[in-house]
Amino acid sequence: MMRVSSSPHIHGSLRTDKAMLFVIAALLPSALWGIWAFGIRALAVLLVSIASAVVVEYLLGLVSKEFTIRDWSAIVTGLLVGMNMPPSVPLFIPVIASAFAIAVVKWTFGGLGCNWMNPALAGRVFVFFSFSSEMSAFTLPRVFGVNAVASATPLSAMKTAATAGGIGRSTELLTLPVTDFALSLGDKLGISPYAVDAFFGNVGGCIGEVSSLLLLVGGIFLIATHIITWHIPVFYIGSFAILSWLFGGVPYGLGVFHGEILLPIFSGGLMLGAFFMATDWVTTPTTRNGQIIFAVGCGFFTFLIRYFGSLPEGVSLAIILMNIVSPTIERFVKVKPFGYVKSKKEAKA
Amino acid sequence: MKFATFGRGGVHPDDRKGLSKDKKIEKLPFPDELIVSMSQHLGAPATPLKKKGDRVERGEVIGSASSYVSSPVHSPADGVVVDVRKVRVPSGAVADALVIKCDETQSDGFKEEFDWKKESPESLLETVKSLGIVGMGGATFPTAVKLSIPMGKKVDALIINGVECEPYLTSDYRLMMERPEEILEGIMAASRIISTSNIIIGIEANKMDAVELLSSLSEKKGYPIKVQPLKMKYPQGDEKQLIKAILNREVPSGKLPLDVGAVVCNIGTTYAIYEAVKFHKPLIERVCTVSGESVNEPKNVFAPIGTKFSDLIAYAGGAKDDLVSLIAGGPMMGFAVADPDTPMVKGSGGVLMLPKMLDDVSFPCVLCGKCVEHCPMGLMPNRMFRNIKYGNYQAAMDLGLMDCKECGCCAYTCPSHLPLVQGFKLGKKLGRMKK
Repeated sequence: MMRVSSSPHIHGSLRTDKAMLFVIAALLPSALWGIWAFGIRALAVLLVSIASAVVVEYLLGLVSKEFTIRDWSAIVTGLLVGMNMPPSVPLFIPVIASAFAIAVVKWTFGGLGCNWMNPALAGRVFVFFSFSSEMSAFTLPRVFGVNAVASATPLSAMKTAATAGGIGRSTELLTLPVTDFALSLGDKLGISPYAVDAFFGNVGGCIGEVSSLLLLVGGIFLIATHIITWHIPVFYIGSFAILSWLFGGVPYGLGVFHGEILLPIFSGGLMLGAFFMATDWVTTPTTRNGQIIFAVGCGFFTFLIRYFGSLPEGVSLAIILMNIVSPTIERFVKVKPFGYVKSKKEAKA
Repeated sequence: MKFATFGRGGVHPDDRKGLSKDKKIEKLPFPDELIVSMSQHLGAPATPLKKKGDRVERGEVIGSASSYVSSPVHSPADGVVVDVRKVRVPSGAVADALVIKCDETQSDGFKEEFDWKKESPESLLETVKSLGIVGMGGATFPTAVKLSIPMGKKVDALIINGVECEPYLTSDYRLMMERPEEILEGIMAASRIISTSNIIIGIEANKMDAVELLSSLSEKKGYPIKVQPLKMKYPQGDEKQLIKAILNREVPSGKLPLDVGAVVCNIGTTYAIYEAVKFHKPLIERVCTVSGESVNEPKNVFAPIGTKFSDLIAYAGGAKDDLVSLIAGGPMMGFAVADPDTPMVKGSGGVLMLPKMLDDVSFPCVLCGKCVEHCPMGLMPNRMFRNIKYGNYQAAMDLGLMDCKECGCCAYTCPSHLPLVQGFKLGKKLGRMKK
């Protein structure tokens, strides 16, 4: 007797659990850079985040009698939570963040595919507002000496300068430590050395967000393997860059068309957010146009929070905000089915 | 050379045509027994004219067309009707069938040539109709109905479908390579019936040798036939996608290609038209690809309609041990059949023997939007599927369920391996019942 099933009888190579593994692989270079830059402490934070996410997923599986650890999604969530933590964070904080992400944001709404905001980001925002001082204490990476001290990130320094009424560009306003390499390369290219350091990952920040270069590599890997498309990252970063250029100079007394572009793009969680969080399958619209609206919305809110809000960083809040709007976008932005052009218009006429 | 294609959606499965691409068409020796279904085509089944014990001759009408959208059925062999019973045809439907025991020696008919160029379009159409020609690409729509242009409609393009976008299948390709002159003549006959001289053959880029062969031959003979190479993309062989790719016209929802002034004919059909108008031979045999990873010697065979799949498999050296499913048609839209004694029908372009191709895992829908991205009809399979799952058939139909043609692009790309096409087939049936 032959096996009988509905067509199609072949299947593409994409599979949800394998896609999760690919995401983990794409995140690894940046995570390893974080561990190298911030030391063994960063590794501990990552491991604790992942372990607590997996344990919570397992315990809840006991309740719902559905064991979903094998789809790897809990590990992705845990890894993302860890990568969004400052390296010196007390270890109980990532535990709370992971538990909140898995238990409240994902499991209570029905598990994989049903959460209405990105679990990792929701976990990060939850602990950010609960433990804001611990979540804002950053250390410098190893390149600046073994006794890397508490330091400001480029974004928080910019915010402090803006509140103090500073006028000028980042090179005039900031006194962050800079590598010699960045100074010479920045000089050669005529760009801010801070942007060079931020691109290569020699800045203070969360474990997984510092190296824009490696995040870019991971993101391109995900695009090449068809797990994500280029639309959301490009429209997110693009809209943010344009808004920064247009109005980013305003808080620094430079007027319109004088905002900086490179430093804001490479610092903070923008690269991590644009390639790995805003492209989350579950919490973004499914239509192409919807995705573009979503991405531009993310860019707009990131810009708004960073330049005109009270917080230095706005990526996670912007994405969560757009996650909430996403079902509404999905409802109103529809695709035009094939062959509907004339008949619909005729019907209306 | 410029390659055309349709704009939206589509997938790129591995074409696997290498298994049977270079195998010459072989004529299958008459099997002992043929099972000729009365439901060979889309539309009303034919009415059987013979009963148990009757003698039949090769080419004799054994089932008469019972309505306008129907087609007569002819005996594929000389023999005796040994049984009239219900059988399951590849699509899963049950139909009346005549079981014919073939004679040891078969008459060698249909040698006399007729000059179809002297006949009027009306009489050519009548020939096509009475000889039971149907679309051989799979949908088996009666060709005479397709070629009868209703009053008030204008047709300005005849498109010949040589796309064969389903993986594995090579029957149309082999016909183009081995019988190019016959195919071109069949096309000219079809164009005479609908009186248009704007004729375009669409062929995908994995068959460039066929593109060159047909275009040079058409030029040599002075036919007004153009050959348009196409980029490889499934489901380009679908009428609507092919018209979009070649003419850039969108067939409106619920309408026919006629409404945008086009008629689409498959390569196999043009060959059948050629045989019909030149030799008055009815559609009683066709080329069928016997392929797949689980068959010993993949082949292209010229087999009588009604041949049991088991006979084809035996002719192709038998199945391997890892055989899991037997598919009538291509792997994207074909039907899995349970019984190897299922008979070939006029639309059977291939019989595939596949090992385990699908891993039996499934995850919840993760709203990734791959199905939306790849749907060539611009539908939202994820939302239609969710509505069907919860019994909300009307909502699914409002989203365009009836425009779905079950091409399988959504299910092919779905990372969660959801049975989307199965859901849509079910939803259409239940939705119609509720109405």
